[in-house]
This record gives sequence, C-alpha cells and structure tokens, in this order.
Amino acid sequence: MSLTHETIKETLVAQFGDKILAWEESYGMACFTVQADHNLKVLTFMNDDPAMGFQFLTDLTGVHYPDRKGEEIAVVYHLHNLKENIRLRMKIYVPVEKPDVYTATGLFSGANWMERETFDFYGVNFVGHPDLRRILNVDEMDYFPLRKEFPLEDQTRIDKDDEMFGR
Amino acid sequence: MLEQGNIHLPEGSIEKQTTTLNLGPTHPATHGVFQNILEMDGERIIKAESTVGYIHRAFEKIAERRPLYQITTLTDRLNYCSSPLNNMGWHLTCEKLLGVKTPKRVDYLRVIIMELSRISDHLICNSIVGVDTGAYTGFLYVMQYRELIYEVYEEVCGSRLTTNMGRIGGFERNFSDVAFQKIEKFLAEFPGVWKEFENLFNRNRIFIERTVGTGAISAERALNYGFTGPNLRAAGVDYDVRVHSPYSSYEDFDFIIPVGTTGDNNDRFQVRNEEIWQSLSIIRQAYQKVQAFKGTEADVYHADAPEYYLPAKADVYTKMEALIYHFKIVMGETEIPAGEVYQSIEGGNGELGFYLISDGGRTPYRLHFRRPCFIYYQAYSEIVKDTMLSDAIVTLSSLNLIAGEMDA
Repeated sequence: MSLTHETIKETLVAQFGDKILAWEESYGMACFTVQADHNLKVLTFMNDDPAMGFQFLTDLTGVHYPDRKGEEIAVVYHLHNLKENIRLRMKIYVPVEKPDVYTATGLFSGANWMERETFDFYGVNFVGHPDLRRILNVDEMDYFPLRKEFPLEDQTRIDKDDEMFGR
Repeated sequence: MLEQGNIHLPEGSIEKQTTTLNLGPTHPATHGVFQNILEMDGERIIKAESTVGYIHRAFEKIAERRPLYQITTLTDRLNYCSSPLNNMGWHLTCEKLLGVKTPKRVDYLRVIIMELSRISDHLICNSIVGVDTGAYTGFLYVMQYRELIYEVYEEVCGSRLTTNMGRIGGFERNFSDVAFQKIEKFLAEFPGVWKEFENLFNRNRIFIERTVGTGAISAERALNYGFTGPNLRAAGVDYDVRVHSPYSSYEDFDFIIPVGTTGDNNDRFQVRNEEIWQSLSIIRQAYQKVQAFKGTEADVYHADAPEYYLPAKADVYTKMEALIYHFKIVMGETEIPAGEVYQSIEGGNGELGFYLISDGGRTPYRLHFRRPCFIYYQAYSEIVKDTMLSDAIVTLSSLNLIAGEMDA
C-alpha cells in the first residue's frame, strides 16, 4: 500500500487520539505536533509499525520561542520513510523552566549527538540519554547560547576601541 | 602518587594494562581538527572517544541576524571541499521559501557546477585514502585536476575555495566563453587521468589488503546512525537525494547510483570512484543541454525575482525600481515570507539539509544545518573498536570527515 499524508494522519489519530495536537502541511511536508510526554511513544510507533516505517531520523534540532508561555522550547524531528520516500516533521513543545524530553537514542543511534547538540544550544534535558554533555561548546559554559535572550553583539556599538578593526 | 625512585607516576598507572593515546586535535593523520582519545592494547583499539567542536563558529546563531544573501558565505565554510554544493543548496532553500521558480538553463548550469564540486570533493577524499595507505603520488597527480575545477569556479564567480557562488534565483553573471572552454578542457583531460588513478589502486595488492574488510559498517547500523551519501551507499542502500527528491532538474538526467555491499573502506572508495564517472556523464549531458539553448534563451542566467535578485548596475543608475530593489537587498531590508522549509541536497558526503524558519522578518528566525558528517562521525568509535590503529586512520579519511562541516 502506498502511504499518503492522509493515511498517516488517520493512523496516528486512531492510535494516539488527542495526543496529536496539530496537523498542517507546509511546502509539501506534513508537520504535526505531539504532546511532549508522548514523543517517544509516537516515534516508536512510527518506527515499528510495518505500515509506517519511518526508520530514518534525518534531523533533530531545537527552536526557542520566548513569547509562547509554557511552551518556549520546541524540539523538531525530521523523519524519513526511505521505502515510500515520505518525509515528516514532528514537533514537541516544552516549557523553558523544565525542558524534559524523552531521548530517542534507544531507537536511533544517530540521535545521540543530535540530542547532545540540542542540549548544548537550548538546554533541552533528554531524559535517559546515555551521555548528555556539551558537544560543540566548551564544557565550562553555563548558558545555552542559541536561546533568544543571548543577542549577538550589536554592530553599531561604539564603546570599543576599533583602531585596528574599525567598523 | 607512587614513588619509584625519583619518578612520580599517577596512581593506577602501573597496574593499568592499556595505553591511552590522544589522536588529535591537530594530528597530521586526522586531516582536520578533531580529537580521538583511544584506549589501546598494543596496536589494537579497545575504546575510542571522539571530541568535536574545535572549530565551532556558531553559524546558526550568526545566521539569525543576517539577510538571506549574506548567509551564503557561511555555507561556504561548512564543507569547504565542495563549497558550491553548499551554496546551491542554500539558494534552493531560499527559493523554496520565497517561491522563486528558476529557468531550466539556470538549473542545468547549477548541475554542471554541483557535479564539478562533487568531483572535487570525491577526488580529495579518495586521494587522501591513498595517502593514508602509503600512495602519495596519486594525490599529487590528481590535485592538478582539482585546480582545473577551481579555475572554472574562478571564471564563474571570481573565487576558488570559499566561493559564495550564485544568487537567489540564479547566478550573478552568465558563464563566459572561457568558463565553457575550461569545462570542455576538464571533460577532455580528466577522464584519462582518473582512469590512471583507478588503475594505480584497483589492482594494487597493498591497497586492497589495507582497505578490504576494514572499517566496515552494516547497512542496518548505517541507517540507524543516520548515514547518508557515499558512506550509506557503500553499505548497500541506494539512497540518493538527487533521485529521491530531485531538485534543480536532476530528473532530466540519466545516471546510476553506484552501491557497495559490505560498507568497508574499499567499498566507499569504489563508490566514490564510480560516482565521479557518473558525475562526468551528468556534466556532459548538462553541457549539451546548455549548448542547445539558442538566441535570447542562451542569455538566461537568473530567474525573474526582482525583490531578491540584485539588479544590473546599469539599471540601478537609470531606473527607479531597480534602485529601490538594489538598496533594499543590499541593506537587508527585504521581508521574507513567514514559513518553515526543509530542503536537502546530495552534498559531497551525504544529505546536506537546511531547516529554515522565518517569522516574516528580514532574517531567518532559526536556521539549522543538517550536516552529514556531524551525524555519521558518531559511528566512528563503533567502527574502529577492535581494529588496528593504522586501519582506523584509513577509516577516518575514507568516511570523508570535514571539520568545518562537523562543527558548523
């Protein structure tokens, strides 16, 4: 049988009901939101169910939305069914005070470093991750640099002595 | 502290049966800045721990404050062995978000450039595998022909390594006659050279014994680790973004995807070799298609997207609209439509993806690069476990790890 966005949506809603929070299509890719504590259940179902077969984790990353109260941090999974050649985007939202997310390392070995990178940049605490350390930044860093409250240097600042590298 | 005469040894070091070896961060055999802490039993590796991030430059953060066209220079510095591929991938991402439709001639010109840079990427990787197995000559020999590719880049965009090539919607200028002559020269001279290079290795007993059966990974593990590109194909999975989700009119071309069987160093080498031949064939096809455009069609080198494509200088001086667009583009004052796109291309070493979120402002809200070698490098410690150190070095280079891409 061939898999379409509609059949995926029907299967997921039948399986998880109201845990699937939103469904939309943008630029040809189906994108849905899952209740945060159900991410691993949905991923496992997508991986194991013979009709779904989303066994390839293309990408895992985070996004920070400081204006969304209670769901500031988004974790975005890009899944790929290589046989049917369908890509999906799955999102979960967690509060910035307690960004706990179940790890996907049990399903995908490749999720290990991707989760470490997301932890490094956004401070997402992947529960059950075997080795949750910073990966690209120095270990001593005590903040999460890709969060929006860390602005880049203002290019118009004038308090620096820029004799050599004047702007 | 243990006292042995005047020598102070750390506690436990006498009882310890293994040696800890630091391979990197700046070891000549790693071809890039990354570290492996190896636990060695003689020459056998029992445990490897990889450390990355030495040249992390926070591109994703920097990109959040740049207009789209300024991000092209950041993508140059990801996989710097094939910068034009990254540039084209980025332009395709922007075009997808902005809804810009490129003319066929632009697609074909892009295909020529992308396949040239794929050749330059594979050429470096395979000749470095040769260097690490003791054959320096091949590397020096084929390097002359990478120079020809770089001359084509130079003719098309003016620079060689970090190319910043093309614009959203096409190229900054049409290919000159000299550029086409250089492409022709490359197509005429390179195949003979590459055949010689192959002959040097493919029936060379030392090379075969060093590479067959070393650094192998099964298709199942490779998929689980998120392998893409030649490394995945060497394990026997025929996944190629050019075929699975065609971009830039790749569906118009006739080519095959070479696959290996065992996923070892030799398979990776052979897959890259064959891909070079396929790339040459694609370049020939694209070249013919480009030559078939006649009259005004032969002058098309960009899409009609005045809001994002910098207008010609003569128009800026004489026309009001062109002046306005010029100002808005250069100052980065063009609003990007809100949306989320994921666009991937078949990069030099795997699926290079761009995940771009725009909230309707002038810069991306979030930009994430799916860097293939960051993802597959984590399999390294599993691959080299229980192998010899000298094989691990060959594995490192045959995986085609580029530090710039890994650390973004």
